[in-house]
Amino acid sequence: MESSVLEIKNLSASFNGNSILKDITLSFPKNKLTAIMGPSGCGKTTLVRCINRMHELVPSAAVSGSVLLNGQDVYQMNPIQVRRKIGMVFQRPNPFPTMSIYDNVIAGYKLTGIKLSKQEKDRIVEESLKKAALWNEVKDCLHQKGTFLSGGQQQRLCIARALEMSPEVLLLDEPTSAIDPKAIQKIEELIVELKKTVTIVIVTHNIAQAARVSDYAVFLYLGELVECDQTEKLFTVPKDKRTEEYLSGKFG
Amino acid sequence: MRSDTFFRLLLFLSGVFLLILLSAIFITLCLSSLPSLRSFGLFFVIGRSWNPISKKFGACPFLIGTFLTSTAALLISLPFSLSISILLGEYLNNRFFSAVFKSVIELLAGIPSVIYGFWGLFVLVPIVRWVELKIHAAPYGVGLLAASLVLSIMIIPYSAFLSIEILKLVPPEIKEAAYSLGATRYEVVKFVALPYSYSGIFGGVLLAFGRALGETMAVTMVIGNSDFLPKSFLSPGNTIASVIANEFTEAAGRLHLSSLIELGLILFVLTAVTNILGDFVVKRMSFQGS
Repeated sequence: MESSVLEIKNLSASFNGNSILKDITLSFPKNKLTAIMGPSGCGKTTLVRCINRMHELVPSAAVSGSVLLNGQDVYQMNPIQVRRKIGMVFQRPNPFPTMSIYDNVIAGYKLTGIKLSKQEKDRIVEESLKKAALWNEVKDCLHQKGTFLSGGQQQRLCIARALEMSPEVLLLDEPTSAIDPKAIQKIEELIVELKKTVTIVIVTHNIAQAARVSDYAVFLYLGELVECDQTEKLFTVPKDKRTEEYLSGKFG
Repeated sequence: MRSDTFFRLLLFLSGVFLLILLSAIFITLCLSSLPSLRSFGLFFVIGRSWNPISKKFGACPFLIGTFLTSTAALLISLPFSLSISILLGEYLNNRFFSAVFKSVIELLAGIPSVIYGFWGLFVLVPIVRWVELKIHAAPYGVGLLAASLVLSIMIIPYSAFLSIEILKLVPPEIKEAAYSLGATRYEVVKFVALPYSYSGIFGGVLLAFGRALGETMAVTMVIGNSDFLPKSFLSPGNTIASVIANEFTEAAGRLHLSSLIELGLILFVLTAVTNILGDFVVKRMSFQGS
């Protein structure tokens, strides 16, 4: 068993008293890509948002259980620190419309008031954009607004932005659901490449995508963890009948 | 079928009626201010003396009074209205308290102008007078400063509401993006929400300015009603609206009346222009948001 960076223990979550996640226990192996699958409304997004404590932005949210990052409970840490160590990319590309591409990439430092020298900034921007496979496309227009980029480019810009603080874990919440098919391939290649340096959790309702990119797969159904295993095993010999039905397209 | 056509016609006519009403007001103002326009021409806006006895009417003191009080009111109210909107939009998660705050703002907006005037006269003016005594200025109490303060309080609800609506236009996705990078609420407001809303807030400022320009009753009560060019921000003065309210019923002669109506025309055009501009800027921002 590989060492895991991130562990979820007995996590339950609810909004306004409606239970969304029920007693989830999971671990995410280091430098692997874990896909979280399940039909709409099964709590996939809530699960990843509990990992970096983003769900707390909704006032009616409540959570119990623990999320351990390198053995340390994120619920005992400052949420600001947690979110710097755990990067996140959202469903719809959301670069900051008032900032240039350059400022978007460096936004994490700018927003949190960390001062950097010009050279350091240049280096981090270049590195992050290269990691996100966007450098060649935007290196000549770094100081223009990021909003003129295509959807796929914007999403890679968001990935660069999430990478710039060198997080240990990267959460991708259906990162390709609002993107055209051609650009999807590029992003998938990118995230497979990225797992060399960062542990990745990807939420997807696209079964084929999970099969293509992930090492481990998790199947959630109605807020319960039904099954988790190596992707190959889960897809070829699912243990649970519900997993089998979901994978064969009977529902979802 | 027939009732539908009839109903449509009715609606259409009400719309047209509004249009006619607006044009009629405008035309009446233009026609009635003709005598004054003919006699004074450009002198009307640059002339410094407003003298019903010698029948010379120069409105410069009122234009300056209007501009100064409205601008000062705006500057005083902006920090408050922005803070209120940020508090309600970003910080106050508790539904109950934000509902309470919102109804308080609404109540403030609903207080009749004359009551603000009373309050200004009995509370604010003595305070201003006390300050004037302390700094060895002429202790009028009433004047441009008192008027600006009352005005600023009166436009806070209006501009707070505008700012709340404008901050709501900031897409939640980009705020989430900032939070996910480890930004605090303050940083989200400073680096993401406010920069996104600058143009909209500017439009809101223009709309609030339009409001302040035409505010009459409370200003008339505390501004001191002096027809002379104000010497300082502490001296008594008059705004366009307050001079009309003051002198309209006792206007001596056709030219005096016509001059007051020309003032009304100027106010009408000024408010219309600021409102249209402000509306345009705010709309453009909400458009860009969607």
